[in-house]
Amino acid sequence: MSITYLEAIQAAQDRALAENEFVYIYGQDVGSFGGAFKATKNLAAKYPGRVIDAPISEDAMVGSAIGATAEGMRPILEMQFADFSTIAINQICNQAATQFWRTGIPCPITVRLPSGGTEGGGPFHSQSMEAIYAQYPGLIVLTPATVEDAYSMLLEAVTIDDPVVFCEHKYLYYHLKADQLPDKNLPVGKARIARTGKHATVVTYSAMVHEALRAADTLEEEGWEIEIVDLRSIKPIDTDTVLASVARTGRLLCVSEAFPWGGVNAEVISRVTSEGFHLLDAPPKRLNAKDTPIPFHPNLWKAHRPASQSIASSLRDLLRY
Amino acid sequence: MAEAKIKGSKNKYCDSESRYRAAFRYMLLARVFEERTANLYRAGKIVGGVFMGKGQEAFSVGLALALDKNRGDVYGPLIRDQAGRLAFGEALLDAARTYLGSIEGPMKAREGNVHRGNIPMGIIPMISHLGSHISVVSGRLIGKRFCGQKDAIGGVCIGDGGTSTGAFHEALNQAAVEKLPLVVAVANNQFAYSTPTDRQFACDDLVDRAIGYGVEGHSIDGTDLSLCLDTFQKAATRAREGYGPQLVIGHLLRLCGHGEHDDASYISEKHKQGVFGRDCVDVAQQYLISSGWSNLAEIEQWTAEIQKEVEKATSCAQRESGPDPFQETWQALATTRLAEGNSTA
Ligand SMILES: Cc1ncc(C[n+]2csc(CCOP(=O)(O)OP(=O)(O)O)c2C)c(N)n1
Repeated sequence: MSITYLEAIQAAQDRALAENEFVYIYGQDVGSFGGAFKATKNLAAKYPGRVIDAPISEDAMVGSAIGATAEGMRPILEMQFADFSTIAINQICNQAATQFWRTGIPCPITVRLPSGGTEGGGPFHSQSMEAIYAQYPGLIVLTPATVEDAYSMLLEAVTIDDPVVFCEHKYLYYHLKADQLPDKNLPVGKARIARTGKHATVVTYSAMVHEALRAADTLEEEGWEIEIVDLRSIKPIDTDTVLASVARTGRLLCVSEAFPWGGVNAEVISRVTSEGFHLLDAPPKRLNAKDTPIPFHPNLWKAHRPASQSIASSLRDLLRY
Repeated sequence: MAEAKIKGSKNKYCDSESRYRAAFRYMLLARVFEERTANLYRAGKIVGGVFMGKGQEAFSVGLALALDKNRGDVYGPLIRDQAGRLAFGEALLDAARTYLGSIEGPMKAREGNVHRGNIPMGIIPMISHLGSHISVVSGRLIGKRFCGQKDAIGGVCIGDGGTSTGAFHEALNQAAVEKLPLVVAVANNQFAYSTPTDRQFACDDLVDRAIGYGVEGHSIDGTDLSLCLDTFQKAATRAREGYGPQLVIGHLLRLCGHGEHDDASYISEKHKQGVFGRDCVDVAQQYLISSGWSNLAEIEQWTAEIQKEVEKATSCAQRESGPDPFQETWQALATTRLAEGNSTA
């Protein structure tokens, strides 16, 4: 059997619906159509009345889910694309994220964001929004890079008593396959060593894990052993695993597909320099997408985002220092 | 067909016949062009997606022909308004270049497919977030009012699904409060992607909302070109004469998938055989012939001309280069002295 990242997301939702009668799915075209990407394929028929088409009203989708949690429900929301969640930012960041702190009543919603760039996606169907949500106190932000994580972290997200922003990468939907779904996996909040090495550490997440792995293959041919940390969860960030890796290698490159200002790379570098300055043999580096909207044309898109070649070249600079 | 009298109008289509003929030609041009883009998409020459306005051409062109860019009118098309864009004055080559990723295109290949516009000409470059362009059109009208330009009106397009957004509601209410000369064209094509209208709104007809916003409403069969031309002409005149926003609902059916990736198997036979399932291009062609305003030979000649025109635009765009990342400025700021550059440190 072979299962894709997208099928894992479907399977996790299937299981969540089966195991907990309070789970329901709400989003545009998620019903009998099965969603724009088919992440809810067959679920409406299997769970009548619990997989519901929403009007094009992202604000009201999230607002109503927040309300439903107070009655014991555990909604999963699908944004058609992560980019459209900007319309619901008020509800996610001001309503959901503050509720527990303001009232002591948790707000267990899961908001699925089909994230990240693909060829021809353009500026409004390609964004990586994890850092924006991570900025807000009260949210959990997950960025699975593997089929196994897509499955186990989504299942866990539904059980978490806080609002979870689940950033699933569209580029991985069909590209990534696994033999089977995991019974057990690392919990949310723990990073994973995706590849061991001793000369430099790359800290990354989501689709960039795979670009970094390819860059590490290239550098291996040049005699370098690169360690890759897959953060898995952006908030909370597993600083311990990152610091332990930097302690082994002395060098740090952070890679993210998001825009360069602030963000996950800046956060990781800030933590490593303040908590592990003595571990560093070279100034830490970061590689992000460029500081422009995401271009439509594949020629531009490929140059806009980090990729194995640019990661390899940043690593060479880092190793040369 | 009744012809609305437009005060001081410089409309070049002074009578019904010439306007109808011109409208039909734009519809045909849009149809042939979109079919060509669909083929190019299937052949892998267009990336991203192709979104057609098949079945909506009459409604789309109706609004655009009621606008006059030379008078300062503003146009906010959306995904299914190829016909309207052409009628408003967007060059076919702009469309071909944007779809085919030519560096010569108006968006310099930074943007693709329907995400294009021409701000100086008065065409709002839509973003994907539905409904958000309506208040931008309003803003141009407010700006014109500040500048003492009182004559211009705005026309803006949205689908049935797009009316469920907060942005739509806010923009309609705002335009009503400001009594803006704005014509809002809602193409109710019965589906928003796969979602039927009964999962989108609960009123009988979206025109029922007009009274709630305090605007004038019109509800028409969007497959009938005469009705579309006539209604939009009237609505535009009302807007220009100071009667505030006009909400025009066109009932029709999307005769294609949401995009060319979608086979639209969720659209039932009942819908297709229903009153709005008829093809507005066929309907208009029959009307042209039966009214004696044209004949089959002339329409065949138009079709041949249009095919050449489309071939010329698409092959030109295909011959042109795509963008070179080394030539791209990678700058999003107009104020270059404040640009940070793209540091990777
Ligand atoms: C705010 C927002 N949410 C979701 C989408 C994704 N989306 C693109 S088109 C579409 C359906 C639009 O339906 P409708 O407004 O009826 O126009 P039609 O496609 O039928 O012409 C959706 C949901 C979007 N573009 N904007």
